[in-house]
Amino acid sequence: MLLKRLIVCLDVRDRRVTKGVRFLDNRDVGDPVELAEKYCRDGADELVFYDITASAEHRPTDLEMVRRVAEKVFIPFSVGGGVRSSADMRQVLLAGADKVSLNSLAVLHPEILSEGARSFGRQCVVLGMDVRFAGVSSALPSGYEVVIEGGRRGMGLDALEWARKAVDLGAGEICLNAIDTDGVRGGYELDITRMISENVSVPVIASGGAGELRHIADAFLRGKADAALVASMVHSGDFTCGGIKQFMIDNSIPARRGFVRKEK
Amino acid sequence: MCAKNIAVLDYGAGNLTSVRLAFRRVGAQVLVTDDPAAAAKADALVFPGVGSAASGMAGLRRSHLDGVLLDGIRSGKPVLAVCLGMQMLLSHSAEDGGVAGLAVVPGRVELFLFPPEKRVKVPHMGWNTVVHPGTHPVFAGIPSGEAFYFVHSYYALPAEEEKVLARSEYAGVEFACAVGGRNVFAVQFHPERSGEAGLQMLENFMKWDGSICC
Repeated sequence: MLLKRLIVCLDVRDRRVTKGVRFLDNRDVGDPVELAEKYCRDGADELVFYDITASAEHRPTDLEMVRRVAEKVFIPFSVGGGVRSSADMRQVLLAGADKVSLNSLAVLHPEILSEGARSFGRQCVVLGMDVRFAGVSSALPSGYEVVIEGGRRGMGLDALEWARKAVDLGAGEICLNAIDTDGVRGGYELDITRMISENVSVPVIASGGAGELRHIADAFLRGKADAALVASMVHSGDFTCGGIKQFMIDNSIPARRGFVRKEK
Repeated sequence: MCAKNIAVLDYGAGNLTSVRLAFRRVGAQVLVTDDPAAAAKADALVFPGVGSAASGMAGLRRSHLDGVLLDGIRSGKPVLAVCLGMQMLLSHSAEDGGVAGLAVVPGRVELFLFPPEKRVKVPHMGWNTVVHPGTHPVFAGIPSGEAFYFVHSYYALPAEEEKVLARSEYAGVEFACAVGGRNVFAVQFHPERSGEAGLQMLENFMKWDGSICC
């Protein structure tokens, strides 16, 4: 049986993991490689690293960090931030990442999704989507607008329409992040998560807003997500991946239990 | 006997960084190579693969690594095939309009097909449970039902039941997720991306002498 995934997100700035609230007020959480190893041991199914200042600083993704992570992490991980071309995607994948997350770039240059899928396979191409509730209108039938540049720029683009188009172009997975709820720990935006998950042929990751165990259950049972992404919940130390997994299993959401290898 | 030198066959089908790093993590001496002579000297072979069946078979022939692989299989070397590598061991794949495989494992490779109203997502991607009888040395210490990481749209249908080493199920379709015989151990999932269970499997493979029985 295919299991539901728990993904831990690590926002990296100056080689340190940070976590903000609604993309602001970042505070230090720790070393990315040490944290990655800890979350792996603790039962995370996948990791996502965002080099959150790469784009603003007009520099490519920190490949050295990707290489250091790849030496220690043996579960799938994706990397986003600073990718400007399919040549950049290739570098990130060769450094050891399994997937590349494209966000603003895909909105401004949708052909990158097709190029990435053609060159590396669509399983390597994750569409990161930041969305904000703007009210249902003829221009925004889903009620949610796509925003870019860390939420600073609204695009007047409907979230569901963009999700469908991106999948047609080559996105192999969608990480749907609701910026109104990001870091607030009040729960995911379930309506748009379900709307997109039920209308695209690729897995959808619910992101932005998990703060309590019931939010995780909601993402799967009500949001129909394939995976739930957490950051603050585990970075704060209030919850562990293992604890969240046990909660999922207790609530009949199929999840992976930890496996301990006998180290020689 | 314990396989000391492992050659990962680099025939142009995908990124081998994670396979190399995972074998290194369990203490293997691993060489990623496109050189048939270097690969032929290894104690064990890894036949990886990401991409499509047609480009995979073409790359394998172009690199002349197909001969090393088949010689290795015939001579009893332990061989681990992963994902597309496993699919290419079967006789025929439906991918790319139909492609002949290496026919090491008799059978076919078919596309996951579901009625649109079922809204099943393809590729089958994520962690899925692997059910096995618990007798194969490469599954040593790994309980039946343990989860491994999958990414694939096609699945193997071996013609002979005894070639099936483990099974998984996706959206109601049961399929062979590990196949093999004597010295060949082939898996649809990615042990190099399957956390500690996957590393255990790679460590088991490294220690395997290529026989089923002790």
